[in-house]
Formats: sequence, C-alpha cells, structure tokens
Amino acid sequence: MDEQSISLTVNGTEQNGEAEPRMSLADFLRERLGLTGTHIGCEHGVCGVCTVICDGMAVRSCLMFAVQADKKEIRTIEGLADGDTMHPLQTLFSEQRALQCGFCTPGMLMTAVDLVDNNPSITPPEIKAGMSAVLCRCTGYEGILKAVEAYAKQIKGV
Amino acid sequence: MPDTIPGYIGQSVPRREDKRLLRGEGLFVADIQLPNMLHVAIARSQFPHARIKDIDLSKALSAEGVELAISGEDILEQLPPISGMQLATPPGYQERVDTDIQIPDQPLIPHEKVRFVGEPYALVVARNRYLAEDALELISTDFDPLPPVATTDKALDENAPLLHEKLGRNVAAILHTKKGQGAEALKTAPHRLKRRFYHHRYAAMPMECRGVVADYDARTDTLTIWSSTQVVHWVSREVANSLGMPEENVRCIAPDVGGGFGGKGHVYPEDILVAYLARRLQRPVKWIEDRHEHILNSTHSRDNIYDVEIGFDNDGRIETVVSDFVVDSGAYSPIGAGIAGNSIAHMLGPYDIPNYEASSKIVLTNRTPNAPYRGAGRPEVGFAMERAVDLVANELELDPAEVRFRNMIKADQMPYSVGLTYRDGVPIVYDSGDYPKALERALEELGGLKSIRKRQKDALRQGRYIGLGLGCYVEGTGVGPFEGATVKIDATGKIVVATGACPQGQGHETVFAQVTADLWKVPIEDVYVTVADTAHVTMGYGTLASRSTVTASGAIQLASDQIKEKAFAIASGILEAGEKDLELRDSGVGVKGVPGMHISFRDIATAARPGWGHKRPEGIDAGLEATSYYEPPTVTWAYASNAAIVEVNPGTGQVLIENYVEVHDAGVLVNPAIADGQVKGGLVQGLGGGLMEEITYDENGQLLTGSFMDYLLPSASDVPPITVIHQETPSPLNSLGVKGLGEGGAIAPPVVIANAVCDALRPFKAEINSTPVRWGEVAAIFGDDPFKATSTTTTPEMEK
Amino acid sequence: MKPAPFNYIVPTSIDEALALLEEHAPDARLLAGGQSLVPMMNFRLSRPSHLIDLNCIPDLAFIQDNKDHISIGAMTRERTIEESSLVRSSIPLLYEATRHIAHLPIRSRGTIGGSISNADPAAEYPAALLTLDGEMVVRSKQGKRQIKASDFFKGIMETAIEPNELLVEIIVPKVPPGTGFAFVEISRRHGDYALAGIAAQMTLSGKTVTNVRLAACGVGPCPIRLNDAEKQIIDDGLTEKSIQSAAKAAALEVDPETDLHATADYRRRLTAVLTQQALLKAKERAQENN
Ligand SMILES: Cc1cc2nc3c(=O)[nH]c(=O)nc-3n(C[C@H](O)[C@H](O)[C@H](O)COP(=O)(O)OP(=O)(O)OC[C@H]3O[C@@H](n4cnc5c(N)ncnc54)[C@H](O)[C@@H]3O)c2cc1C
Ligand code: FES
Ligand code: FES
Repeated sequence: MDEQSISLTVNGTEQNGEAEPRMSLADFLRERLGLTGTHIGCEHGVCGVCTVICDGMAVRSCLMFAVQADKKEIRTIEGLADGDTMHPLQTLFSEQRALQCGFCTPGMLMTAVDLVDNNPSITPPEIKAGMSAVLCRCTGYEGILKAVEAYAKQIKGV
Repeated sequence: MPDTIPGYIGQSVPRREDKRLLRGEGLFVADIQLPNMLHVAIARSQFPHARIKDIDLSKALSAEGVELAISGEDILEQLPPISGMQLATPPGYQERVDTDIQIPDQPLIPHEKVRFVGEPYALVVARNRYLAEDALELISTDFDPLPPVATTDKALDENAPLLHEKLGRNVAAILHTKKGQGAEALKTAPHRLKRRFYHHRYAAMPMECRGVVADYDARTDTLTIWSSTQVVHWVSREVANSLGMPEENVRCIAPDVGGGFGGKGHVYPEDILVAYLARRLQRPVKWIEDRHEHILNSTHSRDNIYDVEIGFDNDGRIETVVSDFVVDSGAYSPIGAGIAGNSIAHMLGPYDIPNYEASSKIVLTNRTPNAPYRGAGRPEVGFAMERAVDLVANELELDPAEVRFRNMIKADQMPYSVGLTYRDGVPIVYDSGDYPKALERALEELGGLKSIRKRQKDALRQGRYIGLGLGCYVEGTGVGPFEGATVKIDATGKIVVATGACPQGQGHETVFAQVTADLWKVPIEDVYVTVADTAHVTMGYGTLASRSTVTASGAIQLASDQIKEKAFAIASGILEAGEKDLELRDSGVGVKGVPGMHISFRDIATAARPGWGHKRPEGIDAGLEATSYYEPPTVTWAYASNAAIVEVNPGTGQVLIENYVEVHDAGVLVNPAIADGQVKGGLVQGLGGGLMEEITYDENGQLLTGSFMDYLLPSASDVPPITVIHQETPSPLNSLGVKGLGEGGAIAPPVVIANAVCDALRPFKAEINSTPVRWGEVAAIFGDDPFKATSTTTTPEMEK
Repeated sequence: MKPAPFNYIVPTSIDEALALLEEHAPDARLLAGGQSLVPMMNFRLSRPSHLIDLNCIPDLAFIQDNKDHISIGAMTRERTIEESSLVRSSIPLLYEATRHIAHLPIRSRGTIGGSISNADPAAEYPAALLTLDGEMVVRSKQGKRQIKASDFFKGIMETAIEPNELLVEIIVPKVPPGTGFAFVEISRRHGDYALAGIAAQMTLSGKTVTNVRLAACGVGPCPIRLNDAEKQIIDDGLTEKSIQSAAKAAALEVDPETDLHATADYRRRLTAVLTQQALLKAKERAQENN
C-alpha cells in the first residue's frame, strides 16, 4: 500500500512524515520520528506501555494508526521534561522507587499525567484504579502509586 | 570486614539508571535502528506435535521487500542445534545425587518435526516487519500431525509417542537423593500423611519481550549482537561456537533490558539465528518478539506435580519427608535438571528434619519448554511442603504456626548442616539466620497470633471468613560457578568497573558503584560501571538466580585487591613511607595520621603507566587494571517467613488479601530501597501466580492463553497492602556479609494464599492443594446456595 | 503482530460513509475507536480490504437533550459519556456502566457505537441499553431503521446491523423520578470484561415497585433481560427474601458458558450474587430519590 503524508505536532514541534495506513502510531513515533521512549509491550491494548497523550487525553498508540494522528497534537515521554528540568512526576518516580527496568515507565507517566492533570481532585482509590491501565512486572506498583498520589497532592497545592 | 567501613553500602543511594529511563532515553533492543537494517518474522507451529513433510518458501521469497526466507532444512548443514547441556552439573553433584540426565538438543529451526505450539519452522527476512509478516502468510506447509503428548501422565505412558526418538524415552532426567533413613523412616512414624500437590504453569512475562539485533562487519570479521538477555557471555559463546568464530570477535551487549526474571536467562535459537542472518546477508538484522510469540515461545515455568508423604510424631515434629515429583519440562529442557535440583535441595526449608527422600522425573511433553523463572523450583516445592505442614497441623489439631515453630532450626543451631548436596556440588550448610524470629515478627506485624485467632473467631460468628496463611522458605543464593569483573583506574583518577552481570531492572549500575566506592573510599560519582557487554570483561556469567550482588561484588573486590596492592606499592615509593603506614583516603593513598602526605589515584595511575616516565618500584608491572573471577565457595542462605490475612467472600469466592507480610533476610543490604523493591516486585509476581496468571493448554496440547486478554498479569488494583521487614543477618561467607536477593519474594505467595483460604474455610474442612486458587472453586466450597454462608443467623452462638 | 494491508478511506459525512459502505461491503470495515477492531487486525484475525474511518464525521459525535430522551451519536467516546453531566443526571445507569469499561486511555478512544456494534457478550453497554430500553438508529443508503435494544443483540458479537448499514445514533429514555439504578459486575481484574455483570433500574412509588428492569452481561451469547427476576420483585416487593428469590431466579434464566476465566456454574452463582447487590443498591438509590 502507498504511504500517505501526515502532519502532526509532537511535543510542541510540527512534524511531517509518511506512513502506510496500517502503520501504528507507536511504530511511526518510534521508527519514523526516532522517539523510541514510547514502548511496545503487547500491540493489543492491554499493557499500556505504549500510552501517549493525543489532544490532551491518554491513548494507546498501538491501537491508533499513524494516519489517524494527522493534524493532532501528540505528547510523548520525550516531551515531559522541560529541557533539563524534570517534570515533577519524573522526580517523584525516582524518589518513590517507582521504576526498576523502566520499560513500563513512559506509559505509566503519560497515563498519570492525564489522570491527575485532568482531574486534580482525584482520590487515592481513583489513582489506584486509574493506574491499573498500565502493567508493570517489576515494581509491584507501590512506588508508582505513591508517586502519583504525591503528584496529585502537589497539583492540588496541599 | 577491614576494607568496608560503612560508606555507601547500606544506603538507599538514588539509582543512576533512573534519569535516562524516566526521560524516554533508555536504549532497549527494539530501539536500535541501524542503516540498511532488515527485519525478521518467524513462522511458528500451530501444531503441538507434527512431522514436517514439506515447506514451500517460493511465494514468500518473491513477495515484496523479502530478502531471504529459510526453513530448518536450509540451515541443517550450517548451524548445529543448541546443546542439551547448556548448563553442566558440577562433578560433586553427580556423585552425591543419583542422576540420569539425557537432555535433548534443541534445533534452531527443526527440519523433521515440530514439538510445541510456537516452535519456529521457517523465517522471513524483509525490509520491514510488516512486509515480513505478509510474507509469512505465503509460506505453504505440509505437516503431518502426530499424536500430541499433552501431559506428563501421557508422556510416561509406556505406549506414548516419543518427542525425541533418539532419547528412547520422554524423560530428560531422573534425580534421586536421600537423607538419613529416607522413606524407611515412614514405617516407624506415629502418623503419616499423604497428598498430591500441583503447582500450575505460569511464566516470567517481562513487559519487554525478547529481541535480537545483529550487525556483521566483514572488514574485521566481527559480529555485534544486542540481545534482551540476562546472559551476554553465554550468548556470545554459543554464537561463536555455532558460527565458527573466536569469542573475541562476537560481542554481545544487553542494553537496557525490560525485565527478565529468568525468562531471558539462557540462550535461545533466535540469538544465534539473527547473528547468522546478519553475517550471511552482510546487513544488520533485527528480530523483535511480539507478545503473542513471547507467550508461545519464550520459556514457561512451574508445572510440577508432587506426591508427598510425611511421617510425624504426636507433637507435630516431622520425622521424614518423602517426595516424588514430576516436572513438565515441555519439548526441551534449556536449563537441564536445574529446576528439579533446586526443588530437591530446598524441600526441607527452615526445618530440622532428620530423614528425607526425593525422586524426580523431568518429563518431556509437547508444551513450550520450561526453564527457571523467579524462584526456580522453590515455589513449586514450597507449595507442596508448606501445604503439607499445614495439613500436619490440621491432623493434630495444632496451630500451623505452632507446628512450624516446633520444627524450625533454632538460631543456636547455625551454621546448620542439612545433609544434602546443593547443585554446585557442595554439601548444604545454612550459614546464618534466625528462622523462628522471622516467623514471630511476621505474626507480630499482623497483630500477634492470639489476637488474629480471636478476630477470626469473632468474624466467623458474623458469617465472615477470615484466614491466616503462612509460608516459610530458605533460598540458596549467590550461586557459582563464577562471576568476572574488570576494575581499572586510569590517568583521570576515575575508577571504571565492568562486570558480567546483566541487569534487567535490579539497579546494578548503582549497586556496584556503591560497592566500588566503598572499596576505594571515593565519591560514588568517580565510579563508572558498565554491565552486560562482553567487550568490557572477557568472561562472565550473568544475572539470574539471585546471584549478582554476591558474585559480582566478590569479583569487583578481588580485582580491586590486586590493583590496591600495586597502588600501595607505587604510593609507598613516592611518599617514601612503608606500605603498612598507608591508607586509602580522599580519592588516593595517604600516610596514616599525616594529613599532608597524600597522593591521588590520578597521580598513582599516571605513575603506573608504562613508558620512560613511570614511577613504579622494581617488580611492579605497568597499569592499574585487573580482571578477576570470583568463584564463591558455595551459596549463602537467605530465608523468609510470610504471613497474610485474607477474607473470603462466601458469595463470590473472591479472596481479599487484607495484609501481606514478608520478613526477609538477605544479609547486609547494599541498597535497602532497591532490595525492598526486589522483594515487593517478587511478591506481586507470586500473588499473580497464586491467583490469576496461568498458561493453559487443552487436552490436545493447544495453548489457549495466547494474549494478554487471557494471560492475566496483576495490575495496581490487584495489589494488597504489603509490608516487607528486612532482618539483616550478615553472611559469614563473604566479607561484605551479603546474601543474594531477587527471587525470594515470588516463592511463597501461592502457598500463603492457599493456606490462608483453607484456614478461613476450616468450618468446611477445605483443602486446596493446587494452584492457582480459583474464585469459582473457592465459592463452590460454600455449597450451591450463594446466600447461605453469608446469612448471619445460622450460627447457633449468635442466637444467644 | 502487524495488520495486513488495507485501503484507508476517511469520509467526512454520514452520506459519504454510507456510499462507501454500499460500494465496499461486505469486505469493508468501519473503524470507530479501534479499541476492539485494531487488536483483531493486529492479530490478523480481521483483515478488511477497506477500512472506513468514522473519526472525521462530526455529525456522529454528540450528546443531545431531547425532552424525554437523550440522543447519543455513535461516535461519541466512552470518555465523553463518562464526563457528561447530562448523562449523569438523566441516565445515570449509562454513566455507571461506562465506569466499568476498560481503562481511561481506552475510553478516550472507544465509542458507544463501536461497543454496541461489536456486541461482545460481556460488554457493559448492551446490557445497560437493554435495561434502559434504548433504541438504535441505523442508516444505509436505502434509508433509516430504528431498532429496540431487545431486538438488536442477536448472538455472540452479532447484531441486527446489516453489512451496508451504519449505526448513527442511540436513543435512551430519561429516567422518571423516584428511580434508582445500579450497574455491578465482577471481573478478574479492574477494567477487564465482566465475568458477570448486572444492570438494574427500578422506580418506586412510595414503597411500591412500579417498574423494575434487569439485564445481565457476560452470562450468555448476548445481554439477557432477567424477566423472572423482575417478576419476582413486582409480585413480592423488595423484602430480603424476595430479593434473594429474584437473584436465584436470575441465575436460572441466564445462559453462561465455561471459558478460561470462569465456569458456567460459577457465572450463574455470580449472577445471583450480583442481582442481589444490584437490587439492593438500586432500591437504596430509588428511596433516596423518592
Ligand atoms: C484492554 C481492553 C479492555 C477492554 N475492556 C472492555 C470492557 O471491560 N468492557 C467493554 O465493553 N469493552 C471493553 N473494551 C472494548 C472497548 O470498549 C471498545 O472501545 C469497544 O468495544 C469498541 O468500540 P470502538 O469504538 O473502539 O470500536 P471499533 O473497535 O472501532 O469497532 C468495533 C466493531 O464495531 C464496528 N463498528 C464501529 N462503529 C460502528 C458503527 N457506527 N456502525 C456499525 N458498525 C460499527 C466496527 O466495524 C468493528 O467491527 C476493551 C478494550 C481493550 C483494548
Ligand atoms: S503495546 Fe499498546 S497497550 Fe500494550
Ligand atoms: S519497571 Fe519494569 S515493567 Fe515497570
């Protein structure tokens, strides 16, 4: 099949690229744009390690075709820190030992950003349920939940 | 511990790995992109057992973007199978444990027959993965299905078809061992109890599947392989052997690895195939396993049936344990008899039991090969043993905790000689620890045994079913044969360390920097650690079996000792002081008690350089660099006691874990936060195995759980409150006092859950002797009426 | 795990989509949120020749307040429904059902139309719509049909939609005053498809139950209306005993199968337990609204 051209904004920068219609957004970000921070763990929507933010909402990038991201605004893990300054969630993840191998971490972070930024009054049980969207095989989740809870507190300003 | 006054060791130093991983700047195998790279897709058998009559690749070969397609026949001459003896047993072992081991070789791509669903039978190399998968669909095959050997029972049947005709049997190994009177002792035991236990099949299931990239440089005849593996040296050795190249010319790197847990702990056919393809095509080649392939093709684990008989006296003291167990090894046995060997060595656990006899068969079936996964034989045997201990308690109407205390080895019995042989060939001696104290502390954390029992009784009166589950184990850690490390100090004064360890999330770059910084008394920032790259250290073993902290630290220490000797000799010459008066301080060597008399490592390293300007005393050769191999005398023994309180819902059978405690002892903890994370992560894997993770085959050997919709990993919502308490008894076997860690957490949860549920359901005399614990089966124990057991008016006491 | 190639077409109007459907059916597939279809395509279990992407048809995404009912466009995201105050106040059962669907990042894309057209036996929306007495509006080039939920779900992943038809709208009656509702389910993990789930809605007038509707998911080829259980409540009211009898009746009228995740017997048991829970919760809420 022929490739189609798409233009989208990724982490604030306009990007133009070509993709065969069947190419997933995950593959496009990784292979065409070299943004390999977005990982692939199952390609059927369950593990969540491919999660990116599309027009302000977390989505599974393995279940979107790149062509569907035309004219959309995508945010990936590479766009989370502000240059050398880590995003508060990144700092909290490190402090709370929320990562071991780090493979799930990009998906965890992007999911948490959506959960908390779009719902600052989120409660700890809601965080636990919400973070169940992404699987981690290493940590047992304790540090991840603590980090996201701490971030929610920061956002709320308490 | 002369050289290791506490500095960084013992502190939860932040991980140096974090920054790149948090920013999406890690490098995993799938992230590697090389110019001109080709992509592999692998055709995998849908039959559990079938003869290959014909494979026609012609259409695939002419498909768009395809460079090459091969089947088993095409490589028959070029590539030998992976030897059945990937892991050799040490000399002492064969003599002390009766063994009869005949491990089948594993062809990289079989040409005669396929032996499990998921086994490769052909592959395609194409411009990209999409096209490669398109071409796979064009391969036409003629397979002649053979009767599947779907279970170990079927495999052991006299008339069973053979998986490997050459072996003449469906058994890869038979092991037997005996202590004291063994089974004989049953005859004199006042009580006997016999049961069958089953630990089901589940798998390591790292979030990153496996993957290999290889690049061949014709100019220098060298191969570089990036593999998501726990054993880089092993990969480069097998590849070098297969391709007839010197090991030196085959460099294997494990970049960031997204979890392994044993599933990436041996050489797989793809490691060799991709390297071969890169050399053959003279282009970089990449194969990334997808999740479906991973579940089919990467090794599974557990899947053991135990027949256990226990002899015990009126006080619940266990006199003998007799165990006969079968490991479903699947179609091959990549780690040979390792799992069964572990099980045999760990069965007696923390208990002082005079007699023991164990026999095991490692049986070949048409399932995915079985290899060690976190715990490796210990969760299986632990399930059988710790269930049996509870059943002994039930027989005598004693508290299961009490029976454990009565049988446990006491602290003053340490070191305790078990009377068995470990798989390194050395007689087992538990080196240190206080087992009863660990159990006591676990119970205390839950409020104390008395109060738990009272709460349980009160709850029952209200129609609520609360149970206490216990699980205790010991774990041989830091197993040999060896680990390598190279330590260098260059003219910048920085210390550079490379080890054969291959971390997959354990934070080794941080841990080894801590160890090295303390050995040299330097700021941790001055230590540079590389891991998992064969170019940096010639011989290494890898990260598996809870061994790296012990073994790699040992190697770093040995290498450091060698360089230190030199550094002191040089410093002694320059400072004109006797070596005995020197000490390590301030990133250099100084004269004790004389602040001004000091020379930096930078200057020592410069002085040590070869050439005219050197300042080495006579007899000291050039350079500050050493490579050492640490060969541990034997394993150190970590141990733990687990306790959990569950509540069972009589309507739905759901098991709610109210609280889970593990008191764990891994000796001195180099980095407590990392250690804590290792135990907790392991516990959650154990809970997953206890309640939801399961690889299922149907009666014809078809795998039914081929996706993440069917294979259920625990998510954040499934995790109960967990407390881990570290009881740090130093190991006397190494100067750091460390024991290994990593697997432990995963060992006990399945049996703790089963014991807790049975405890909660005492009114029904419930016995759950297999895993996973299924809600449906638990619910059925309450009878058909889902509302009966909840009704609060049925218990007579309530009416008073 | 990459999908087979396909022709990708992006209509921007309903009419255009219908024309494309007419032209390419039955080998074409409509792409809504892709949360069920794309996994199937990645496994190559679904391999449409043409993929007609509905994501650029603005006329399919809306939630509208129409006097006695709410209209929801087929391409309305599950997440939009979850966040809609109109849905929450006028058809709260649909809100509660939505909260049980998968996880937020999946609900960001998944649509109500996709879920209903997909008709997974364990999906929440079909059972909720059966309880709510919803109607589906489907269109083809030939015209428009309105199908009641009770006639819409035909079997495992089978609906009344013809290959040349497009589901455009879902119509849900607003709940009358004095109504309580509940969607309860048990799944193996948070966000997984239900092993069994019950949707309940009841209207009280004082202490009398004037209306009760119950439907189950996960326990049959498609959602099942629990008529016997409803009758029990209408006949005997909301006593502890009648609720238990209703729950037991429910367990008998479902038609579960054994699969990897649960046996048929266990699913029946869960049906009983969940029916009891749903009735109690709905009753409590109905009383609050009375
Ligand atoms: C990990 C995971 C967990 C999930 N858990 C749940 C769960 O617990 N409960 C649940 O209900 N769902 C669950 N889902 C599915 C999710 O809700 C889907 O979004 C939904 O089932 C399908 O909606 P969609 O918009 O994504 O449809 P698509 O996947 O795009 O389409 C599904 C099918 O419907 C057809 N279709 C779509 N729109 C129309 C239309 N307007 N007219 C005619 N045909 C149409 C498509 O052609 C396709 O055949 C889960 C999904 C994932 C990946
Ligand atoms: S890779 Fe997208 S959800 Fe797993
Ligand atoms: S840190 Fe390894 S999967 Fe989460």
